Parts: sequence; C-alpha cells; structure tokens
Amino acid sequence: MTDTAPAAGLGRRLAGTLHRRPRLRLSLLLSAPLFWLIVAYLGSLAALFLSAFWTTDAFTSNVVKSWNLDNFVTVLSESVYRDVALRSVGVAVAVTLIDICLAFPIAFYTARVARPRHRPLLVVAVLTPLWASYLVKAYAWRLILSEGGLADWVFGPFGTEGPGYGLAAVITVLSYLWLPYMILPIHAGLEQLPGNLLDASADLGARTWRTFTSVVMPMVFPSIAAGSVFTFSLSLGDYIAVQIVGGKTQLIGNLVYSNITLDLPLAAALGTVPVAVIVLYLLAVRRSGALNSL
Amino acid sequence: MRPTRSLTALAAVAALAVTTACGSTGSSGGKNSDGTFTPPKQSAPKKLGKTEGKVNLIAWAGYAEDGSNDPKTDWVTPFEKKTGCQVNTKTAGTSDEMVNLMKTGEYDAVSASGDASLRLIASGDAAPVNTDLVPNYKNIFDSLKQRKWNSVGGVSYGIPHGRGANLLMYRKDKVKPAPDSWGSVFEKDSKYKGKITAYDSPIYIADAALYLMKTKPELGIKDPYALDQKQFDAAVALLKQQNANVGEYWSDYLKEISAFKSGDSVLGTTWQVIANTAQAEKAPVEAVLPKEGSTGWSDTWMVSSKAKNPNCAYKWLDWIVSPKTNAQVAEYFGEAPANELSCKETAEKSHCTTYHAADEDYWKRVHFWTTPIPQCVDGRKNAKCVPYAKWVQAWTSIKG
Repeated sequence: MTDTAPAAGLGRRLAGTLHRRPRLRLSLLLSAPLFWLIVAYLGSLAALFLSAFWTTDAFTSNVVKSWNLDNFVTVLSESVYRDVALRSVGVAVAVTLIDICLAFPIAFYTARVARPRHRPLLVVAVLTPLWASYLVKAYAWRLILSEGGLADWVFGPFGTEGPGYGLAAVITVLSYLWLPYMILPIHAGLEQLPGNLLDASADLGARTWRTFTSVVMPMVFPSIAAGSVFTFSLSLGDYIAVQIVGGKTQLIGNLVYSNITLDLPLAAALGTVPVAVIVLYLLAVRRSGALNSL
Repeated sequence: MRPTRSLTALAAVAALAVTTACGSTGSSGGKNSDGTFTPPKQSAPKKLGKTEGKVNLIAWAGYAEDGSNDPKTDWVTPFEKKTGCQVNTKTAGTSDEMVNLMKTGEYDAVSASGDASLRLIASGDAAPVNTDLVPNYKNIFDSLKQRKWNSVGGVSYGIPHGRGANLLMYRKDKVKPAPDSWGSVFEKDSKYKGKITAYDSPIYIADAALYLMKTKPELGIKDPYALDQKQFDAAVALLKQQNANVGEYWSDYLKEISAFKSGDSVLGTTWQVIANTAQAEKAPVEAVLPKEGSTGWSDTWMVSSKAKNPNCAYKWLDWIVSPKTNAQVAEYFGEAPANELSCKETAEKSHCTTYHAADEDYWKRVHFWTTPIPQCVDGRKNAKCVPYAKWVQAWTSIKG
C-alpha cells in the first residue's frame, strides 16, 4: 500500500489548494462549458457575421476576403429579400399564435382538470411526438396534404379540398411540429398556479372569464412567453419543412440554404436577419418581465 | 460589467482565430481579355500508383448505381470487386451543389456538367487529367473530346461521360392533349395551374431563354447561355409569369417522382431517368423532347485537385467509360453514351439510335449547360452578357 501514499498526498494537496483558492476552483469548474460557449457557440456566430462582410468571385464562387457592406445593402435594398423576411416573421407569428390557442386548453386539462395520477402520463403523451424524427413527421404531412391525400378526403364532404402545398401547409406543419414546446411551459405554469387564488377569485364574485383574465392569464403569461420563444425562433429558422410541404414558398432559411452553396457571404448576411429578429423578440419578452420567473 | 467585456474580447479573438484557420482560399484563375481564363497551375499525374482501397464520388442520381435502387442495376459492385476500391457516392441535385461539395476537398471525383466544370477548373478545385492513364479514352466520340467545357488551352480536365437533353414530362391521364412544346409550361392561363413543376436551379433561366429564342425572334437570342440584359430580363419576366402556375420546384429527383406519382405535379421539366423510374413505379407519365429543342447536359468525370484517393479515382474514370459500363449508365439514365463501343453493348440494341449517340446534327438542337460569363459566348463582340452570379440572384426573385 506504500505506492498509493504519494498519490493520496498529491490529491490532498490539490484539494487543499482548491479549498484555499475559490477562484481557481470556479474557473476549473466553468472552463469546459465556457470554452464551448465562447469558441463553438459564440465563435461560430461571430465567424458567420464576419464572413458576411466578404464577397465571392462571381465565376468560381470562391470567397474573396475584401471587406465591404455590399451584402447587407443587397439584403436591405432588394425587395425580394424584404418580402421573404416579412413572410418568415409572419409565419413565425402565425405559428406562435396557433400554438398558444391549441396549447392552452390542452395544458389546462393536463395540469388542472385531469386526475393528478394521470397527469405525468399525459405529459409523456404530449412529448411522444418528439421521439419521432422531424423528417418522418414532415414527410407524413407531405402525404397527408398531397393530391387525394387525407386532407382532401377530410375536406371533400364540405365541397372543398385540402390546402395543398404552400404557405398554409407550412404554417400547419410547423404548428404541429412545435406544439409540445408550447404545451410544456404552459402546463408547468398552470400547475404552479395556487388553487386558493382561484377560490378567492370566486369568493369575491368573479365569473369564469374575469378569473381567467385577471388571475390565470397574468400568472401564466411568463410561461406563454417562454413557449413562444421556442415556437417563434424554431419557425423563423426552419427551411426543411418548407422544402417538403411549402411548394414554391421561400422563407429566410431557404434563401440562406440556396445561397450557401454559391455565395457564402450573402448567405451569412441573410443569416443575420433571423438572429436580429430573435434578439429583438427576446428583448421584448424580457421587457414584459416574462423571463424573470423562468 | 468587467467580466462581460473581457468575455466579448475573448470571443472576438476566438472568432478571428476560427475564421483565419478555416477561411476559403481566395486564389482563382485570372481572366484573359478574350473571355477565356488561365486556370491555376497544376499538373496531371504521369503514372498511377497503388490503389487506395476506396474512392469518394459526387455524382448525378443514377450515375453510380450499386444495386440498392434496383438489384439488376449495379456497376459499382463489379468495380469494387475488380479494383478493391470501395465506392462512396454522394448524390447531388444541382451543379451548384456539386461545385460546393468539391470545395470541401472531401471527394475524389465528380460527374460535372458543363455549367459546373469550368467553374471547378477556374477555381483550381479540379485537376488536369492525364488521358493516357485512362485506356478507354481512345474510344470516346471525337466530338466530345477537348470541348470548351472539359478542357482549357488543350489540357484535358476530365473524361466525357455522356450527354442528354432535359425533357418535358406529363401525366398521360391528366394532360390532354399531349404537349409537344415548352409553351405548355410557360403559357399564361394554363389549365394546369398549381400542378406545373420546374427545375430548381438558376440554370433553368436558359430553358425560358430557349423558348423565347424560338417564339420571340425579335429578341435575337442565339444562345440561351449568352443573354444581354434585355434578353435576360425577358426570360426572367417569362419565368415570373410561370411562377404563378408552378406548384413546386424540384431539385431532389425523388421528390419529383413522388409529386408525379401522387398527381401534385402533372407537367414539367425532367430527366429521362426520372421518367424511367416513375414509369417503373407505375406512374402514368411520358417524357418528350419538345419541338423547340431543349437544354441539356454533357457530363465530364473530373478528379479533385485535393483527391486523397487519386489512383482509385482514375480506375473509376476508366471503368465508367468502359464500353459495358458506359452502356449500362447510358441506358439507365437515358442518355447517349460517350464511348462509341458502348453502342454494341446496350441491352436495347437501338439505344444509340434513339438517343442520337453519333448524330451530330441532333446535338446542335440541344444547348448544353454552360456557365454564363460576362463575355457573350455566342460570338457577339459589342454586347455585354449577364454573368451567372446575376442569374443566381434573379432566380431568387423569380421564386419570390
């Protein structure tokens, strides 16, 4: 046992040193995550942003490192990019609103109405779609929406047909894909809502609607805002569902995707648009105080 | 707020380090005044060494079949058995995708069409090819050797693979009468609104230009890849008008097959291989060469200048143009073979006649994909043509 003694001694000395120097302890603890955050996460964003100031050789598509603002000028001045950016934001807003409307009743049921014993099972049920691959779900929707598919069959009796591929299909599919991300935070918010507040509201003579607007909504609003951050940002960056069910629709993600092969700097400039929109959105959410309770 | 500021500085430094480490090379061939260009100086190998055991290819769908789509269609496995080179294929949907994949340096060889090959040569991503190391090269049609899309200044940059035309495909049960003109996809009040499809690549602008060349002679278009601003604007306007009738654009050939099978698309551009596959899957489709002629491709197998497996790549080049294999590819993809001996090897004996393998007059009607450059390639000296970069931008705005 003698040969382990020096090792143990070293371990003790190290422990002693760490105990005496809390800053060293902290930096050792955080160095790995910070390295990840700075180099892999912020670094890649910064690299993207920097390359937006370069340009490409028109013939060979090689990146030429000469600094200029041409790409940003193009993105801001060409009407097609403006239209596509506005369309993308519109889709993200629509998806968020639809998800709020769908998620609230579901979350209300899973958090307050269902028997407490069943609640964890219901949460699992809400999460199950997340176990299937994104692509599988998107292609399933391609089949549903195709000519003579399920959507046509459902709408047929009403003398109309399914939406087909296009903007409506994109909004439908994205709403479906991101719904669990909205249900979960609202469920958590409603679960934490103290029951005696509802009782008090009823005792003071408030009807259902008044209780909902004056008690439930203010308490659950931060959860809705948290869910909307997910649905909004995920919708804004999506380009795969659009390719599958969007028909000829272009969103900002598709423009980035189609330019990245030939004109990386322009793609980078386009890529900063959703980043900017999401930063603005997060600031707005923060102003509303919704992030404080997360 | 001190730590935050130092963090920002650190992030900036890290970002700079990252970008300088993986920035792309800015070197590219200088252009001469006469419109040609000087590719970066590279040399082709003098002789071949030992094979590396694998080769990574970028190919059009149907060019490197290993039996996984159809057990009877397999020319990759015999190659692997014969040479010991394991083949990894990446299927690309557009020439732009090929150009970009080649820039990664991860691939050894590519089946580049004329609108990609010159760009690859100019950027130095493709290396000169020593045709003496490809024994089957001697049997390739002379009309395919040393052309402007596979060689520069007398130096070969690849081995011709085959050529073919972009066709018009339609659902026999939905489109009546059967179309014989590109007008059916370009006319304003189409009764197939929302069911028309088009190829999702800027090079498709040439299809509109070709149609205008035949229907609007006053524009004076001689070559759909040499468009001055006025001609270009006319083609873009035609495509914007077409956009209202388009259901979806395709670059993934599997997506086009599924759209035609379900009836979401009933009319639009296609390749023969797509029509063949769709017919094999019992879709009632037919593909025709419209009366206006067509755009098309003449493909070249090129070797990457950064190839890690050059010896296997050369073996593949020789294999793919060997009489038997070239006949198989040509029949499967629906194109004219490059090797004249292949015409004796095809299962369908009339294949070479059907696809006009040796019919030079026919190929004059097919306008092979070429990269549009500022100098007009149709021979006009006083005009300035719209370069490809502008085609790319226009394509985005056409789709809206």
